[in-house]
Amino acid sequence: MSKGRFGIHGGQYIPETLMNAVNELEEAYEYYKKDQVFQRELNDLLSNYAGRPSLLYYAKMMTKDLGGAKIYLKREDLNHTGSHKINNVLGQALLAKKMGKRRLIAETGAGQHGVATATAAALLNMECEIFMGKEDTERQALNVFRMELLGAKVHAVTSGTQTLKDAVNETLREWSKRMEDTHYVLGSVMGPHPFPTMVRDFQKIIGKEVKEQLLMKEGRLPDVLLACVGGGSNAMGLFYEFIEDREVRLIGCEAGGLGVDTDKTAATVATGSLGIFHGMKSYFCQDEYGQIAPVYSISAGLDYPGVGPEHANLYDMGRAEYVPVTDQEAVDAFEYLAKTEGIIPAIESAHAVAYARRLAPTLGRDKILVINLSGRGDKDVAAIARYRGVKLYE
Amino acid sequence: MNRVERVFISRKAFIPFITAGDPDLETTKELVLHMAQAGADLIELGIPFSDPVAEGPVIQEADLRALSAGVTTDKIFEMLAQLRTECDTPLAFMTYINPVYTYGTERFMKRCQEVGIDALIVPDMPFEEKEELQPFCEQYQITLISLIAPSSKERIRMIAREAQGFLYCVSSLGVTGIRNSLGNGIKEMIAEVKKATNIPCAIGFGIATPQQASEMASIADGVIVGSAIVDLIGRYGKESVPYVEQYVRMMKQACEAGL
Repeated sequence: MSKGRFGIHGGQYIPETLMNAVNELEEAYEYYKKDQVFQRELNDLLSNYAGRPSLLYYAKMMTKDLGGAKIYLKREDLNHTGSHKINNVLGQALLAKKMGKRRLIAETGAGQHGVATATAAALLNMECEIFMGKEDTERQALNVFRMELLGAKVHAVTSGTQTLKDAVNETLREWSKRMEDTHYVLGSVMGPHPFPTMVRDFQKIIGKEVKEQLLMKEGRLPDVLLACVGGGSNAMGLFYEFIEDREVRLIGCEAGGLGVDTDKTAATVATGSLGIFHGMKSYFCQDEYGQIAPVYSISAGLDYPGVGPEHANLYDMGRAEYVPVTDQEAVDAFEYLAKTEGIIPAIESAHAVAYARRLAPTLGRDKILVINLSGRGDKDVAAIARYRGVKLYE
Repeated sequence: MNRVERVFISRKAFIPFITAGDPDLETTKELVLHMAQAGADLIELGIPFSDPVAEGPVIQEADLRALSAGVTTDKIFEMLAQLRTECDTPLAFMTYINPVYTYGTERFMKRCQEVGIDALIVPDMPFEEKEELQPFCEQYQITLISLIAPSSKERIRMIAREAQGFLYCVSSLGVTGIRNSLGNGIKEMIAEVKKATNIPCAIGFGIATPQQASEMASIADGVIVGSAIVDLIGRYGKESVPYVEQYVRMMKQACEAGL
């Protein structure tokens, strides 16, 4: 069995052209993760630039309204650039800089990861090119301009389904052309080893903080953790510190789209099967011949036909549960959180909020539920207006 | 010595690639027959994949055309079963690991053997992952082809030592597609291979003109051409057979001229 395995999942299924690039990355990562200077610099960026630790907020109104478990929100939306993506990006960009790279490339779906990468590139004085499905550049036009403001070049990807998976394809192609001075900042806990492990390590600070903060506030561990799952980086970041705490339920919320009984869905665990794609063995939405399915979700960030290999293994082991949440439920939750708590969540994170609305009332008031509010929803306001048939003039 | 290795005996092999089912399987069958007549020594057939990350736009579009026309792995096997009654030129499948794995690796190899596929090339399966396929390839006598690239460097010897059939030498960084100039350092790459083993080396990626073919044939044992042919098929569709046949004949001659 090759490197980077989570049970049967993971691995390094990539063209030979890229093998030395990922080997070099693995070696550098193994070295710098034990390097105190690197860790100090990263921690300094996380606290003084990104704004960590992020708040663990007790959602009193939501708790009262739902009448069940006590609900806390982990406010990753308050990070600089507006999502958890910055945690991983600062780690990878700093690592790339140490490796002597001068140029960062990245895929993006909703644009959050692209914005974070463009931000880190600006800060560290590196070149930056972002690949984004053409369809996503249209539904997230504001983020495209934001990346350009930060000095990045944005490529609209016109191949395939013109969404996140095609953006990953195109970034892999670009990396295979030019790896000497270029690092691929992969945005989720997916892809070939070492990305799933490295991205999880950069994101596990979320769960680590939750554990400390909740011990301070409640003197105990939570009962349930909820996070949305596309590739799964915010969920893995929240779950990781709790995997050994068997009494804590880990629940990932997948993008159900129009419903898992339709073909307009991106719920990989619910509707996918075992496959090998984008460098990893995991679960994928695909047909019987292994052609990757054109998935759908209202959320560009969850509109991905696979899931990270560590999630696939948590699912196999029965350690984590994965549930689908539809577009409609997510949009309702988006509006619900805005009205009850005065917090506008990213449409991605709204999937986790939606499931909390279903779950919390079924749990006793002595239970504690933590939702990872992985991003803020400013970028989604126009899309929600469209969904509701409201015409906006910008 | 198997059929794949014999391809390289006392000649410079010319290896054309086409995507199976582009524009339809009937045309694919005709293309194979005519390329064989025109002197192709081994023919690579692509099983189209929805997300071919190692391909440039020309082959990406061919995959899309084939899939849109409803081609499946089973239909390709059926076409090959018929084709094999008329043609005994060695054939290699070129596809990504997911279509093989999802079909069921053992079932896939068994079908390959039944329809007379000689070799398999999987660009997203590097040396470290070859155990995924190798045991089944051995069981059904399919030669699993290894690839090396300009970025392989110290990996070349490790890969070459275990390579079978021939070694697919990627000429340049990046994806498939026609290039005006091929990567430098190909000669050194091949010299590195020959230090480790005597396996035949075929160069692919970027080659389109007879001059390039002749140059590459002078430093290697074979030349692989994909995008330039797929481009003709994209342009002429069902009418592409004579164009492709003529092109293959010209390229085969160019390869031999280097001898």
